[in-house]
Amino acid sequence: MRFFSVCFLLILLYSSTYVSAQGRYFTRAGHISFYSSTPVEDIKADNRQVASVIDFSSGEMVFSVLMRSFEFPKALMQEHFNENYIESDKYPKSTFKGKITNAQSVDTKKDGLYKVNVEGYLTIHGVTKPVKTEGTLEVKEGKILGKSNFTVAVADYNIQIPKVVQDNIQKTIDIKIDMVYEPFKQ
Amino acid sequence: MPKLKLILLLIFLCSVTALQAQDDLLGLLENDSLQKKTPAYTIATFKTTRVINGHSVETTKNGVLQFMISHRFGTLNSGAYNFFGLDQATIRLGLEYGLTDRFTIGVGRSSLEKTYDGFLKYKVLRQSKNMPVSVVLFTSIAATSLKFTEPERDNLFSSRLSYTYQAIVARKFSDKLSLQLSPTLVHRNLVATTEDQNDVMAVGAAGRFKLTKRTSFNAEYFYVLPGKTADDYYNTLSLGFDIETGGHVFQLHLTNSQGMIEKFFVPGNTGRWSKGDIYIGFNVSRVFTLKKKKEVK
Repeated sequence: MRFFSVCFLLILLYSSTYVSAQGRYFTRAGHISFYSSTPVEDIKADNRQVASVIDFSSGEMVFSVLMRSFEFPKALMQEHFNENYIESDKYPKSTFKGKITNAQSVDTKKDGLYKVNVEGYLTIHGVTKPVKTEGTLEVKEGKILGKSNFTVAVADYNIQIPKVVQDNIQKTIDIKIDMVYEPFKQ
Repeated sequence: MPKLKLILLLIFLCSVTALQAQDDLLGLLENDSLQKKTPAYTIATFKTTRVINGHSVETTKNGVLQFMISHRFGTLNSGAYNFFGLDQATIRLGLEYGLTDRFTIGVGRSSLEKTYDGFLKYKVLRQSKNMPVSVVLFTSIAATSLKFTEPERDNLFSSRLSYTYQAIVARKFSDKLSLQLSPTLVHRNLVATTEDQNDVMAVGAAGRFKLTKRTSFNAEYFYVLPGKTADDYYNTLSLGFDIETGGHVFQLHLTNSQGMIEKFFVPGNTGRWSKGDIYIGFNVSRVFTLKKKKEVK
């Protein structure tokens, strides 16, 4: 009898591991763009190589963003971004590590649009700050489309903008996140 | 005993599961091969396409047009009468355009000897984790358009021409320090005397040290290899200061060469620092993005 209960326990343990692996969704081609618009000039950049994982069993969500992969319409903007502002050689990646606080409400098996709240820590330029934002997750044909908009204050992340160009860059940058997650296979 | 074994097994399995649950999602991304593969070529080895007189390893980016005004006043030792050189000026106006991120074409016109020049510049190697240096191949042609001094003579157009071949090898050692070496060959079709060499070999050495994010101190030296020309002329030493403001780069410098293209500052420089033949000069470059990067869908 005891032997059977142990076996049962073992099966339970394995199946729980299996479930948590099932609950993971992944992408490495996520799209993050940011905008800064001032009367002097508009700055826009796109990064389509964003990697991210959501684990629906725990609600955990992480992003890893290579700063070098942001593409600007003007080469000089890109150089300034990497060399002067973000210092990509020193801080090559930005990361987000957080949680979807209402992950239980998302049914990954059923198509539909879900509003989610995300909380966590955003690291840019070596500085980590707590962030809180809303977004949507849309389950569609086995994939999950994640979208969110939020703003980031340049000064919060110790990014210095010299006086000569401070009218060219917004104090808070608008960030748009547009992801297509697929089930994660180990 | 079998009970104990079972319990041990159970504990072992539990700990394995615990480990699996602990594994960090960020760690999962760190190991992702795609992010590792993205090449990180070194950027901004120098602020602009020139160190001072000579070319730097930088090329203008694809679709970017750079307009450059280079200017040298007269020598400092020309005295108060000439306002220490500020009364005089030689100027070069230049345009360069990036056909690709690695291939630049350029044209220019110097007031010194009314010289037109054109050049090609190609980045062969780019510094990255696996490549210690960037290498650029540079070639230029210069044509002086001064009236021939002896119109009676059989003057050929080819007499006006000179060529430069250069390999620029550069390394950005740190955020602040970049150094480059540039073996150079200048060929002049016509020289002033029979003793002057038509082919002059030289080695350029240059470096920049960043003082702040947008300013740097630059130095450049061209050593002409021994020969008749090297005996009669002087090596060019230039010291400069770069200031970057948005789309402009201002370069202020002191140099003992009045000419701003290779045929002048490599084999034909008469100025001497020790005698005060020092020219105050500046380069101003401004870039215009003619072809914007298309958004990748």
